[in-house]
Amino acid sequence: MPVNPTPPALDPTPLLEVRNFSVSVQSRGTVLPLVENVSFTIGAQDIVGLVGESGSGKSVTAMALMGLIDSPGVSITGSARFKGQELVGLPDRQMRRLRGREIAMIFQDPMTAFTPVYTVGWQIDEQIRTHERLSRKQARARTVELLAEMGVPDPTRMADRYPHQLSGGLRQRAMIAMALSCNPSLLIADEPTTALDVTVQAQILDLIRGLRSRYGSSVLFITHDMGVVAETCDATLVLYSGRIAETGRTEALFAQPSHPYTAALLASIPPLDGVRPARLPAIAGAPPAPQDRPPGCAFGPRCAFVHAACQTNPPPPLINTGLHHQAACLLPAEGHALPQHQPVASPLS
Amino acid sequence: MPHAQSPHPLLEVTNLHKTYALPRGQKLKAVDGISLTVHRGEVLGLVGESGCGKSTLGRCLLRLLDVSSGQIKFDGQDITHLSDRALRPFRPRMQMVFQDSYASLNPRRRIDDLLADPLRVHPAPDGSTRTAPTIRARLLELMELVSLPATALDRYAHEFSGGQRQRINIARALALSPHLIVADEPVSALDVSVQAQIVNLFSDLQAQLGLTYVFVAHDLAVVRQISTRVAVMYLGAIVELGETDAVLHQPAHPYTFALMQAVPRPQIGAVRPPPLGGDIPSPVSRPAGCRFHTRCPAVQQRCREEEPALRPLTPTRSVACHFPLTT
Repeated sequence: MPVNPTPPALDPTPLLEVRNFSVSVQSRGTVLPLVENVSFTIGAQDIVGLVGESGSGKSVTAMALMGLIDSPGVSITGSARFKGQELVGLPDRQMRRLRGREIAMIFQDPMTAFTPVYTVGWQIDEQIRTHERLSRKQARARTVELLAEMGVPDPTRMADRYPHQLSGGLRQRAMIAMALSCNPSLLIADEPTTALDVTVQAQILDLIRGLRSRYGSSVLFITHDMGVVAETCDATLVLYSGRIAETGRTEALFAQPSHPYTAALLASIPPLDGVRPARLPAIAGAPPAPQDRPPGCAFGPRCAFVHAACQTNPPPPLINTGLHHQAACLLPAEGHALPQHQPVASPLS
Repeated sequence: MPHAQSPHPLLEVTNLHKTYALPRGQKLKAVDGISLTVHRGEVLGLVGESGCGKSTLGRCLLRLLDVSSGQIKFDGQDITHLSDRALRPFRPRMQMVFQDSYASLNPRRRIDDLLADPLRVHPAPDGSTRTAPTIRARLLELMELVSLPATALDRYAHEFSGGQRQRINIARALALSPHLIVADEPVSALDVSVQAQIVNLFSDLQAQLGLTYVFVAHDLAVVRQISTRVAVMYLGAIVELGETDAVLHQPAHPYTFALMQAVPRPQIGAVRPPPLGGDIPSPVSRPAGCRFHTRCPAVQQRCREEEPALRPLTPTRSVACHFPLTT
């Protein structure tokens, strides 16, 4: 369905272009902004990481993009164009046509994402048959093929198993198979490896990274784990309390964080390699709830570089700090760069 | 309370088993023949993936679970089969901190009331019952130890953030000045920025009070930060045990090596070799021979037939592998 006019862009229309996206809820007569003015772009075969702590708004952003929030009192504003088509305010009927076929989602807990009363194969068949005119037999053949490609051993038999009969890693593979069943252009993965053990997580990360070459899919990867982002994503958005703190290509962002929050967060992770510090450089306090967001920069009260200008509204805008690299912080504009981030020694080979 | 110097190690575990009976005569061996010693003033990290038995072991150590066989000695005294009543004098000396800081605190009782419980139940060291003013004074001390304001005592669990609630749980565990604290995934439910605060608190308290910890966690980076020694567990058994950086950076067991390789590093350019294949087998039907042989990249015929025992590699290092990676 061609929509006019195409947004002004340097390159051909990006797959997903999100501009000033905000989600808020009405609570006791006041409007609580959960997500404020989030903008980002996902290009073809891009893996973009959305990283933040609990309550930072990363899952809310994803759910709102997918049109999965329809509680009364929630308002979604701004723009999200998928292949040029506006998703904000799109009627349910049209959204349903996109969801599952063009945009698919995988969740943290594959146990609750599958219904326990049907076999895994049945559920994947159903998804395929919803979007494409295929016989049961043809759908099942596709399902088995997909499971095999996702590294599920003995896929014909596995398709006849119920979700509880599979291990966590296999369930996650089955869910990715279901998400990919209609060859979506965009996969939204919400903490897909958080419930898995590290050795299984490593397998699933390899699988997700391989999707772009095998299926040409782009991925919006939501996680709280900076290690997973560094290993998996081309570009990274750091959310703090519902706002973008920093965004950039992953290499640049990790090599030289421009926002004090990103820098402090990276520093507070205990290192696995190199010298073990006597104490960890922790960030004092905890992230504020949406109703307790301070004026100005939300990270202000916990920031080592806070000064008066940080604590007045409106919050600092995103400022370019490098090529494709932006931070919502006053320091770069004031000419103060953050102290150089000390990368730890390379891991054992 | 200063620790009496004792010739015995604080905790000595010999050939411990914890088996659950399942329907149809099946048995789940959650802890399968573990022997280890916890020395005074050390932090022993227990790491492993889900289902490896690390939490079960942690609970057995404090006799929160009854063991199936084997022996647990606390400060030289056999506590393996003591009744609840006979265990009472030991309880003040061994405490636990759990993962879920919210579920650990009764939401209907005020924090001062919750924290006073152990002080009311257990007599003071001289055998007398503690008076209300003594209890209050101790509660204020505890708040200071965990860096919470005294006003926190007048509030309820839901009024605190996850990190603050975990501080309260730690304060409760410290109330009776224990020698040993078993902490079961105490920071894994916390956000990264808060996690570092609590890890630091554990370190500070240990130095300040001369505590001994058994620190159970799946996060290798957190375990490395806090532990003197680590025990790596797989399917109910310890596969490698030794000083933290030796074990993690020169692993002798292929499983330890694979675990370290699998952790994504928060830095660019860390190249990870292909991950371990397969899933952890079910502890109900664990493989014969070496329990890791189904996933081991260096498996040989002997591994499928003969179970390797945990044997000393150096005076401070043990491994359960026929073909260790380092010698």
